[in-house]
Amino acid sequence: MEAFYDWFRVLYETTGINLPFLYDSYDRDRMFFGFFMTIKLSLVCLFFSIIIGIIGAWLQNSPFKWTRRIMNGYIQLFRNTPPLVQLYFFYFAISSLLPTVSNGYGGQQPILGGFAWAAISLSFFAGAFNVEIFRSGIEAVPRSTIEAAEALGFSRLTIYTHITMPLAIRVALPALNNNLVNLVKTTTLAYAIAVPEMLYEANQIWSDNVNVTEMMFFLLLVYFGLVGVLVWGMNSWERKLKLPGFGA
Amino acid sequence: MNNQTPKIMPVMMLTPKPRPDDRFQLRPWHGLVLIVVCIAASIPAAFAATDPGRASIWDILVQWMPLLLKGFIFNIVISISAMALGTLAGAALGLGQISLNPVVRKLAWITTQFFRNAPWLVLLFFAMFLLPFELKIFGLTIPLPDWLKAMFGLALPVMANVSEIVRGAIVSLPSGQWEAAESLAFSRTQVLWRIILPQCVKRMLPPWMNLYSILTMATVLASIVGVSEVMTLTGQALAAEGGRSDLLIPFYSFVLFLFFVYCYPIARLTVRLEKKFAVKT
Repeated sequence: MEAFYDWFRVLYETTGINLPFLYDSYDRDRMFFGFFMTIKLSLVCLFFSIIIGIIGAWLQNSPFKWTRRIMNGYIQLFRNTPPLVQLYFFYFAISSLLPTVSNGYGGQQPILGGFAWAAISLSFFAGAFNVEIFRSGIEAVPRSTIEAAEALGFSRLTIYTHITMPLAIRVALPALNNNLVNLVKTTTLAYAIAVPEMLYEANQIWSDNVNVTEMMFFLLLVYFGLVGVLVWGMNSWERKLKLPGFGA
Repeated sequence: MNNQTPKIMPVMMLTPKPRPDDRFQLRPWHGLVLIVVCIAASIPAAFAATDPGRASIWDILVQWMPLLLKGFIFNIVISISAMALGTLAGAALGLGQISLNPVVRKLAWITTQFFRNAPWLVLLFFAMFLLPFELKIFGLTIPLPDWLKAMFGLALPVMANVSEIVRGAIVSLPSGQWEAAESLAFSRTQVLWRIILPQCVKRMLPPWMNLYSILTMATVLASIVGVSEVMTLTGQALAAEGGRSDLLIPFYSFVLFLFFVYCYPIARLTVRLEKKFAVKT
């Protein structure tokens, strides 16, 4: 392994292509930390945005008029404003209203840190899209299927969790796939509130080493790889869920 | 037995009550309600933090509004020019993706995927740091200001997305169109320009507008790299007011409101066009 790392030092000395995060252990740790932070943030946001999507689609179809209205208001608000402004709004504005806690050194710190706010705001952002995606999936479930379930005496919730949702998921998967890819790319916004994710760490490294070009290409490749893994996973899930005779 | 008589059901079927289509439609004036609610919500905090000697939040916001609006117009300018540039490049790339030449096809595909799967912010950094601050062509020096570089940076992902939209629209046309045109002895270029693309424009319009709306919302990213658009100006205005925490919500709400008022009509129009152009099944 060391020989492999040294090869990049030699590469730098001979060609000037500087990839310090490969031969320098300090930079390597930073880069790994950023990489895992991006993955962590992505996973947390993926999870919560899907939860918001599922619950939201359920509320949007609720018999109460105002529940539906509030849900649609939320969707339109989050779909039509920039995610970065939302992030700032949560991180600076909402955060300033919350109480602070003492951090044990005699100082005060906000209850939720940058990571938490990034996770919250990005989940809400992606969740707004997911609600619509799940709704379109639910609408694609034949009315007769639901009527049959109603006739068998299933409750509204059971119909939703056991009949509508499993069918809707299959229809919604391609669009969901797109949105989740978008979400992974949007995690770079956390850079703006100093969450040490990959872009942030890369920025630190290129500030120290003045190797913007190399870091940039490296970043693009890593995101390309991350998105590739996600797409591959979602596609294989899509194939696995495929029901003969249902859906396109 | 007469076939005309309706079959009597063994049980009475409850006819499902038609749910009134009351899906909440936001109208432009709802934006005003929203901003009033946001500001009203911040009043308790404002009272806690303001001593009577200082100007009220509303006055401060009104005072800064012209500057913020100017910043927002700058955002729109960046979005329109990036869209124009991205659409031109993307259309060429999209046509490259259906080229008969496998090398061109492959290259166009790789370029599209590369820029489509990269985060917008990274592409923006890409353009900001890797483009020179001025270009020298035959002794002529063309300066490249920050906003121009931001425009190029935003045009890159737009290009890739437009490329996919173009390809998708062309592929979605029934192949009979191609075959019919070929049977009438049109050349490939003629088929493309006279038969295929005119039909595609209709299909491309809704996703294209969607993309424009996304791009407009992405222009705030330029604030991270220091272009003085609405977000940067908001930050500066807040700093100029001495970092009062009670101003944060009204100011950021105002920025949210600006984008909402601009993007929501586009979104509604997109939905309308999508419905209008939808294939009746």
